[in-house]
Amino acid sequence: MKKKVKWSNYLYIIPGLFMVLAFVYVPIITNVVYSFFRLSSYSSSMKFVALDNYRRLFTSDTFPVMIRNNIYYCVISLIVQVGFGTVIALVLESKLVGRMNAFYRSVYFIPSLISLTAVGLMFNFIYNPTAGMLNGFLKAIGQPGLQQIWLGDRKLAIFCIIAMSQWQYTGYIAMLMIVAFQNVSMDYIEAAIIDGAGPIRRAISIYIPLAKEQLLVCSIITVIGAFKLFTEVYTTTSGGPGDASQVLGLFLYQNAFLHDDMGMAAATGVLIFVITVTLSIIQLRITRSGQD
Amino acid sequence: MENNHGKNKRIFMTILVHLFLIILVLIIVLPMCWLFLNSLKTNQEMFRDSIALPAVPRFENWINAWNKGLYNYFLSSLITSAMSIAGILLLSSLLAYGLTRLNLPGSGIFFIIVLGGMALSEQVALVPLFKMIQALGLYNTRLAVVLPYIAFRIPFTMFLLRSYFLGIPKELEEAAILDGATTLQIFYRIVLPISRPVLASAAIVNLNFVWNEFLFANIFLEDRKLMTIPLGLMTFQGDLKSDYVTMLAGILIASMPMVIMYLCMQKQFVRGLTSGAVKG
Repeated sequence: MKKKVKWSNYLYIIPGLFMVLAFVYVPIITNVVYSFFRLSSYSSSMKFVALDNYRRLFTSDTFPVMIRNNIYYCVISLIVQVGFGTVIALVLESKLVGRMNAFYRSVYFIPSLISLTAVGLMFNFIYNPTAGMLNGFLKAIGQPGLQQIWLGDRKLAIFCIIAMSQWQYTGYIAMLMIVAFQNVSMDYIEAAIIDGAGPIRRAISIYIPLAKEQLLVCSIITVIGAFKLFTEVYTTTSGGPGDASQVLGLFLYQNAFLHDDMGMAAATGVLIFVITVTLSIIQLRITRSGQD
Repeated sequence: MENNHGKNKRIFMTILVHLFLIILVLIIVLPMCWLFLNSLKTNQEMFRDSIALPAVPRFENWINAWNKGLYNYFLSSLITSAMSIAGILLLSSLLAYGLTRLNLPGSGIFFIIVLGGMALSEQVALVPLFKMIQALGLYNTRLAVVLPYIAFRIPFTMFLLRSYFLGIPKELEEAAILDGATTLQIFYRIVLPISRPVLASAAIVNLNFVWNEFLFANIFLEDRKLMTIPLGLMTFQGDLKSDYVTMLAGILIASMPMVIMYLCMQKQFVRGLTSGAVKG
């Protein structure tokens, strides 16, 4: 028996679908169009410039600096957040930790609940050369020679920002991995224990392979996060000193709203779009393949 | 002998593991403790030695921070979050219901379209969205952030709710249909009450997003009365210039709500976050 379609039932999906189309899809498609024009935020006049925005983007002096900074952020985050975060998750799930497990897990997770702005401002103070925690600590342990100007140093600035992000998000990734490890069937683990496999052996041959899907998802969200990087840099160095800690996301913002060069911002947006969407498609493939 | 040796090794390993985990706890907690301590000092004390204890804890710094505008940003964040979350949950649950329970032709395509929104990042939409908000006359109104928040969070929320709705047994609905219930009645009398746990998870995870969001708020809002906490903190920094300790107190207060929320509702938090992993 085939039910007749009630057209009024489409009213359930229309409002949500409309919002997503109007405020997510339309702007993103418009952004691609804008990237071929020169336009300002104050007037509605647009001048077609073909690929000129892209030429200016790829040949600007800042371009290699930002790409390098985004890649540094990406690689270090993969090693620390995903790699080390997984190690933390394995340690917490091993039989050695016992009751303290929940305490450690929560402490590591808490920084990810604080807004990026608050964390950025807090680390501004921690890195402050005169009144900051880091230099104060170095002085207290008798190593004033190691004191730095941190965020004010051209070479160190981006790494200070990267370190801050590791502080904030390693526990978050660890939490995601813990949940994946908890879904590993006890049967496998008991069988391994009977076979005499130690904790490290169990980690490598059971936990990691069975949670590899989640591990990939974690890697991909970390990589996407690295190319969307904005607030962390905006609240600490604003890309400085000079352009030393510039990244794609902040470059987009500054072109659009400080230099009134919205075409250039749109072209930067298209670049971020290509990078993040490619990675998201891979992520969706992985999550969906695991469901059936 | 053999057994004893194994036991010793195990104790040694346990100590080593805890040592490792405690060092990590210190790395996480020390910056927060430092923030807390200095938020109780005078500016002179902080500059003299920022890692010393305060002579007298000055809780008035906190009161100062609260009264100097933080109160206003809190209120604004509450209103913005309430509006956004109501919109997100309403539209996403209707959408998820329509896509899972009503056998509508084209559901599969609509599902893919909405889900695809999850892959699209806010920054890429920023420039056109700014022009749209201006054209609609919404710039510097609460809706300027609420509408994009709703739109950008529907994909994730729909995905979360959909998998839960799929698990609701059809028999419940069929019984209701025999009793003459309409699809709308089934939705709010059966589906929504059963889904309360997943709705709670969705609400909390979205609250965490909206409460901490900075990019859109920074660009679409100008009026101090409308500013949410993350944006307020940035403005606060500009206002206070060299009054560091009050600023630190402000950062501390601004960070509390989500942390407290997590400590009270860990289960919902973790379930929501892990069912659709997205960052920042």
